[in-house]
Amino acid sequence: MNFPLNTVAKEDREGYVLVRLSGEVDLSWSAEVRRAVLDALAIGRPVGVDLSAVSYIDSSGIAALVEGFQNARTHSGRFVLVAVSDAVRAVLELARLDRVFVLVASADAVVA
Amino acid sequence: MNAPTPLIEVERLDAWYGRRRVLHGVDFSVGAGEIRVIMGGSGSGKSTLLRHLLGLQRPGAGTVKLFGVDLARAGERELQEVRKRIGVSFQGGALLTSLTVGENVALPLREHTRLDESTIRIMSRLKLEVVDLGGFQDLMPSQLSGGMVKRAALARAIAMDPRLLFFDEPSAGLDPVVSAELDELILRLRDALRMTIVVVTHELESAFKIADTITVLDAGEVLMTGPAAAVRAAPNERIQDLLNRRPREVQVDADAYLRRLTEEEA
Repeated sequence: MNFPLNTVAKEDREGYVLVRLSGEVDLSWSAEVRRAVLDALAIGRPVGVDLSAVSYIDSSGIAALVEGFQNARTHSGRFVLVAVSDAVRAVLELARLDRVFVLVASADAVVA
Repeated sequence: MNAPTPLIEVERLDAWYGRRRVLHGVDFSVGAGEIRVIMGGSGSGKSTLLRHLLGLQRPGAGTVKLFGVDLARAGERELQEVRKRIGVSFQGGALLTSLTVGENVALPLREHTRLDESTIRIMSRLKLEVVDLGGFQDLMPSQLSGGMVKRAALARAIAMDPRLLFFDEPSAGLDPVVSAELDELILRLRDALRMTIVVVTHELESAFKIADTITVLDAGEVLMTGPAAAVRAAPNERIQDLLNRRPREVQVDADAYLRRLTEEEA
């Protein structure tokens, strides 16, 4: 079995910023994820976080997403989760956050 | 594919309280993602086994390994790494009464991590949401009902997203509805957070609802470890006594009994 490496990458797309996460997001590096999310928001454009390649996320990773979402809302910005993997969805559902975040199927929908 | 190393490996564990042997050659192994229930009546040794699994008691003989680390031989740093990866929900809750519920849940994160305060706040409040205590972070433990104490203790136990969670008597003292909700929660935690969970209980209904596998202890010995259905169908008389709540015939060893009553160093 191939496990994707733990990575966070930022891509400037037309009209929005896409943050791609992969691997297992846990305490050991979630601070880096938080930084990347907040940096992406600081650009001032809509932000999507692609979670399709995330095989595990713990609550420190979820906390980074919550902080990003809250940050966007206070600045009337847009912050969406893109292509949420089953593993991530299960954790969101556990905390009922699937009803709080904006979830979209693909990056095309980051800009509403 | 090679079988992965079990998260918990106990081999030939003996425990004594004075002259009484309370665990006798216990073998116990739990794999990743499993929900294992340790079942047995009062005095069966299940709490003693739990204390050994948590490293709170040293084995009289035998070994206890968590994540491959032999707890009796590990150095303090190694033990600390193990402790970060386990969560424990104690029977009575063991919440610190001078701290708010939120502070209790945040405590392991403040002790063991260097996360920034906003992350700690969100993480600990998330855990309260998960156990259905959202918004109660400012209450003091004394203001909580019995069921809420259990849930707050569970929230603290999972504060660090442990890979291995121990839960001592989740249903004790709870009404059936609250107890059933906790059982549901245990199942969801395993599925969503991929925890391996060890539950100690004497509540049969709860045990069969949540267990993948059950270890039945009796008088300090493992009577059986197997899938829940196999335990239910086991021909062993003691297991059936336990399942059908039949009182056991206590075996009396006259010599040992007299020694306990009369010797100075019992």
